[in-house]
Amino acid sequence: MTKDGALPKGFERPSRSPSQEKYEKVKSSSKTTTLRISKFNPESDSTSTFSEFKVHYQRWTTVLDAILEVKSNYDHSIGVRYSCRQATCGSCGMIINGKPRLACFTKISELDSDLVTVEPMNNFPIIRDLAVGFERLIATHKRIKPYIIRDDSEVTSETKEFLQSPEDVEKYIQFAGCIKCGLCNSACPTMATDSSFVGPQALAQAYRYVADNRDKGKDERLKIIDEPHGIWRCHFAGSCSQVCPKGVDPAMGIQLLRGYLLGYRK
Amino acid sequence: MSNIMRESHIMKIHYLTALVAVGFVIIHIIVRVTQGFANSLEFESVIANYESIPYAIVLEAMLILISVHGFNGLRIILLELKQGSAYENAVTYGCLIAMIALIAYGSRTIIMASMGMVEA
Amino acid sequence: MEKDRKEGIKGMANPGRYGIERVAYWLMRITGLGLLFYFIGHIYETSNLLDGKAAWNSMLELTQTTEGHIFLTLVIGMCVFHTGNGIRLMIGQAGFGLGKPSRADYPYTPSSLNMKNKLCIYVSIGLAALAMMYGLGVMYDV
Repeated sequence: MTKDGALPKGFERPSRSPSQEKYEKVKSSSKTTTLRISKFNPESDSTSTFSEFKVHYQRWTTVLDAILEVKSNYDHSIGVRYSCRQATCGSCGMIINGKPRLACFTKISELDSDLVTVEPMNNFPIIRDLAVGFERLIATHKRIKPYIIRDDSEVTSETKEFLQSPEDVEKYIQFAGCIKCGLCNSACPTMATDSSFVGPQALAQAYRYVADNRDKGKDERLKIIDEPHGIWRCHFAGSCSQVCPKGVDPAMGIQLLRGYLLGYRK
Repeated sequence: MSNIMRESHIMKIHYLTALVAVGFVIIHIIVRVTQGFANSLEFESVIANYESIPYAIVLEAMLILISVHGFNGLRIILLELKQGSAYENAVTYGCLIAMIALIAYGSRTIIMASMGMVEA
Repeated sequence: MEKDRKEGIKGMANPGRYGIERVAYWLMRITGLGLLFYFIGHIYETSNLLDGKAAWNSMLELTQTTEGHIFLTLVIGMCVFHTGNGIRLMIGQAGFGLGKPSRADYPYTPSSLNMKNKLCIYVSIGLAALAMMYGLGVMYDV
């Protein structure tokens, strides 16, 4: 420091810190949108209402970021389920501008709209606001026995792991990517009216295990899904595959599974 | 019906009836169009069609195939609209009864017309 | 207590949000129901034959009107679309023409909703339109 208190040349304090500058720059380049959030508390409300908030967003701001900003700064009571923020946990599924999507995987800039409306997923019971109950999805998922079935599954000192070729893995690996987010069940037209339907999520998982050459439970699973509200209530509308955020393509799995019941596959 | 047959068997029948019915409907339309549409609908012409046994068989087959396919389709739509065992049984047996009634009613027409039992 | 947010018939029937496959699903339902009701009516209509020529002709008069011809044209369209799309569905539901399962890669384009399937839907709609025009030509003796 010099005698007059000034910093030596090259060490002058900037008028604004770099982080402050960055923040200002980001804020000035941000756009504003209206976020409409569906509010419903089953314990006190008879119908759902919408709360509107103005939010700033960047090219990379996700709908979940915006919801959490609103939750932190404007309305702490918003009920939303989330966890990983990277489309891995499948917690933040909701209807965004009329279509089922993951909030953490949907950028506001991609929606190309001045209004972002978020509602809880269709065909699920509402717990509160944007959070829905997954009991039925988990129950149907369990029903199709989502595990390898075979008598000799116990690995002993004399047995080896079950070997698979890359070709064998290719047959089911796509369907193993399911994160149980429920978007497919929310988009399915049969699920819209049929509360007993097994649903695309569980059916695609049934295929995942039937197509796995380590599994011996094909007949068991086919029997479970071959009932009046089983696989035959899928009409290949493909909406499940359109909304799947992980590229699972449940519609393909279901049709391939049906091939076993029609005798085209062994 | 699901108590009697597995859903996969019902759906195999659904697909099969559709495929075979398409063939018969094509024959039916060709016969109508080749006779000239307006002429083919003349009373005498229609009676002559019914009195031809092969054509009467085509009509009977079409009646059965389309009834089975159509009422099973209706059953599927109704089953997806609402659930509950009483409703589902009513839909299943209702569709079955309606299907049998329509086949019986249509068969009566085909048999009587092909045997010439038509009022003058 | 939880409120079940079922989309209901409105959601099931709404064809706008999920592409042409959802439109085809909706059209398949509507045409199927339409054809069943036409079929029941057709059986009743032709059964008038047993009551003699006068009854047959009076029934024929009802159908040989402009409204009757428009209705029959719609039936032709429904029949052709239902057949074309039905064959596409049967092939797809047997597991053919869907592509092969493979490791999912971003941007995750579903291979079951491929161009072949979309093309079949458009062809079914196109054939239905052509058949309707042909039907009108035959009915009006053009």
